[in-house]
Amino acid sequence: MADHTNSVENSEKHEFYKKKHREQMKHQVVTFVMMIAFTLIAFGLVIAEVSAMFTIPIILVLAAVQVLFQLYYFMHMNEEGHQWPAVMIYSGIFAAVLTILALTTITWW
Amino acid sequence: MAEDVLKSGDLPENPERATLEGRNKFMGFWFFLGGETVLFASLFGTFLALRNSNAGGPAAEDIFGLGLVFIMTVLLLTSSLTSVYAMYHMKNNDFKKMQLWLGITVVLGLGFLGMEIYEFYHYVHGYEFGFTTSAFSSAFYTLVGFHGAHVAFGLSWFVALMIRNAKRGLNLYNAPKFYIGSLYWHFIDVVWVFIFTVVYLLGKVG
Amino acid sequence: MSTTANQKAGIGSVLWDYLTTVDHKKIAILYLIGGMFFFLVGGLQAMLIRIQLIVPENEFLSAQFYNEVLTMHGTTMIFLAAMPLLFALMNAVLPLQIGARDVAFPFVNALGFWLFFFGGIFLNISWFTGGAPDAGWTAYAPLSVFSEGHGVDYYSIGLQIAGFGTLMAGINFLVTVINMRAPGMTYMRMPLFTWTSFIASVLILFAFPALTVGLFLLTFDRLFGANFFNPDMGGNAIIWEHLFWIFGHPEVYILILPAFGVFSEVIPAFAKKRLFGYSSMVFATILIAFLGFMVWAHHMFTVGLGPIANSIFAVATMAIAVPTGIKIFNWLFTLWGGQIRMTSPMVFALGFIPTFTIGGMTGVMLASAAADFQYHDSYFVVAHFHYVIVGGVVLGIFAGLIYWWPKMFGTLLNEKLNHWFFWLFFIGFHLTFFLQHFLGLMGMPRRYWTYLEGQNLDLFNLISTIGAFFMAVGTLVFLYNVVKTQMKGEKVSGDPWDARTLEWSIPSPPPFYNFKQEPLVRGLDPLWIEKMQGNGKIQPAEPLGDIHMPNRSLTPFMISLGLFIAGFGIMYQGGMWVLAGIGFATTLGSMLYRSLKDDIGYHVHKEELEEEGDGSNG
Repeated sequence: MADHTNSVENSEKHEFYKKKHREQMKHQVVTFVMMIAFTLIAFGLVIAEVSAMFTIPIILVLAAVQVLFQLYYFMHMNEEGHQWPAVMIYSGIFAAVLTILALTTITWW
Repeated sequence: MAEDVLKSGDLPENPERATLEGRNKFMGFWFFLGGETVLFASLFGTFLALRNSNAGGPAAEDIFGLGLVFIMTVLLLTSSLTSVYAMYHMKNNDFKKMQLWLGITVVLGLGFLGMEIYEFYHYVHGYEFGFTTSAFSSAFYTLVGFHGAHVAFGLSWFVALMIRNAKRGLNLYNAPKFYIGSLYWHFIDVVWVFIFTVVYLLGKVG
Repeated sequence: MSTTANQKAGIGSVLWDYLTTVDHKKIAILYLIGGMFFFLVGGLQAMLIRIQLIVPENEFLSAQFYNEVLTMHGTTMIFLAAMPLLFALMNAVLPLQIGARDVAFPFVNALGFWLFFFGGIFLNISWFTGGAPDAGWTAYAPLSVFSEGHGVDYYSIGLQIAGFGTLMAGINFLVTVINMRAPGMTYMRMPLFTWTSFIASVLILFAFPALTVGLFLLTFDRLFGANFFNPDMGGNAIIWEHLFWIFGHPEVYILILPAFGVFSEVIPAFAKKRLFGYSSMVFATILIAFLGFMVWAHHMFTVGLGPIANSIFAVATMAIAVPTGIKIFNWLFTLWGGQIRMTSPMVFALGFIPTFTIGGMTGVMLASAAADFQYHDSYFVVAHFHYVIVGGVVLGIFAGLIYWWPKMFGTLLNEKLNHWFFWLFFIGFHLTFFLQHFLGLMGMPRRYWTYLEGQNLDLFNLISTIGAFFMAVGTLVFLYNVVKTQMKGEKVSGDPWDARTLEWSIPSPPPFYNFKQEPLVRGLDPLWIEKMQGNGKIQPAEPLGDIHMPNRSLTPFMISLGLFIAGFGIMYQGGMWVLAGIGFATTLGSMLYRSLKDDIGYHVHKEELEEEGDGSNG
């Protein structure tokens, strides 16, 4: 099956994909650098003992953004064919938020 | 015909989703992670409800050392990146480099796990902060311990896959297995991001 | 291949066949046998409860034994009877309805069954080792933490094992529906039973993890000295209630949605009309699932969550009545103007509509938080949930079983006996539970071992018990019918009901590969379309070719057996720790074996297929 023209086409295709993957990998590394930066900021805020009113929301937002980076870049949720995974992850997040809200606000004792 | 999936060599663009079995695994595993989200949310919720219930035992701000936790965080974040590199090489059909990066991931994960065990040991023997000390301690060890168990399971999974396929290289049968292994690893990292924020940093802030 | 070989096989090879099967149709039969067995066990427990309550101050059962029977009745019926029977129906017909040759994960499907099976056995071994769980099926802490003996440990570990199985079954059905549909089977052409099973699986995926965590916490508290629910050490018992109901409320929708699906299949088939308001049915199903996640605290109105929380959950609960009402009206409109055939599945469906509506209305009554303080923990609640669970789920299961029996076994249950079964069960049901509403309003608390004379509770309790005997006799009639029909073994055609959906286009029981050629689906109710516009046969979407099938495997059984053994080690500790070692080694070893050994299945070749019939229902 693998006649000459086919293999030329194939190697061109491979080159194209390789380039594409390299492009993506750059994004991944940028993502990683930002995640490390966020982590540093979060730890820095706590170690510097900035007021809790300020620190708590900031570090929670930083965590949420980091998680979105993980999902969309490291786990490729930004690529095609991930509609159902996205639906189920967001449904899971929905149930998770309800659970945590209940256990933090209406766990009466 | 069925044996074709075991041939290594020329692989399509997304080898993890090239076969129906691969697509099923890919989809099913993502859904499983959706369920795991609720599992960890229940543990986080329990921890948050009990985080001040130290019943006279050590409290969060007394025992947590941020230095160690920071190093653990960097280790795990880096291991997440190295497993991305492994998948990058998988997509380029470069099996040797994939194995190499997975190997690095495993080493980093082992480092994380070792430090976590040291941390627990330190709490138990340094502060008399055991599993049964208080509701807070039970919640802490259960949440962080569940995560640690996930790390250990993920490491065993990677090692098993690497050894099993070392000789035969990448094919359409094992590519989905490597891929969902890496998804699992990223998810472990996702959970850790919340653990270091909610357990350790919030524990220090109070 | 295997179909012809089985007919003369000995008992040993049949057993081996079922132990290692990954065929969804055989797993359906396993679920049916397991679920039916536990349904009878749970029914026996129900009879013991009713006999105990037949007269005031009865001493038929001891108080402790009554608690155990009552706890196990609820636990068994929900986890070990209703869920597996629904899984039996899903396994039997869901892949056929979407034109799939198999489920997405045949291996995981088998694993799901064996985990359920061993979890159920584990739970019931408690009867013989010093007492069953006795803290109610809800196992509220701190009662469950301080309950003596090992009863509640059997509960927490047994349900943990069974729960893993349920989660896996759920994921399997989700991926099956998404990835395995035949050409032309778009989402909005899927039969309603497939839709409701799909949505129920979504609920399983997000509800069961909360139970998993709750059970782990309970196990840790009881066996490893943790303090989650122990107030002396800072613990908080409300956490259990939240986790249990975050799971528990979606759970009742996990049960009822597939039953709704069954009726949405049965009613169009026997009214000879397409389902009225198909898309609104789908929408209502999704809406029920969505709202179902936001109402769990209505089980906790009297806990003291405060007026704001109670109001939010009361309003959300009442909102669920809207999509449910949409469904009721759609069924009624499907019946309206239809050519109704009074077959037994149809009679079950017609009995279901008013019964479930009563249960729904008492649900709205219970949802108003202020009034709930009166109803809470009384027989009014008992009557309510039996109206929805028996009147909805159990009638749905039996309607589905009778309707799909020919598809599963190739035989038709005796219609006359089916009608006897329905009327005995239906009359018995209302006798048993209708009066319990009033017992509740008169102040009789649920779960009490006995009651005093002269409080006007005697007569209604007596009638209630008489009703329970009617239900028991009805169930026996059904069992007799099953035995009689299978002994006779009279085969029927692939489409005995003149039905509408894809599963009726192939022989009964279907060949192990289901569809010889992938079917081409041209619309909703594909078989009916072909009957009306074509030659009555589904057109193939592909030429005849090799069919890929999965290999059989004993590994699911071994994985589950390992957890079963490990459960005893964890519970009894001491010298029994060795059992935990053996059990976990078996489980992890089997998982490793599964991971390392290639399992790529095999092909049924075109030449073999050509020898068999044309693959249609004829």
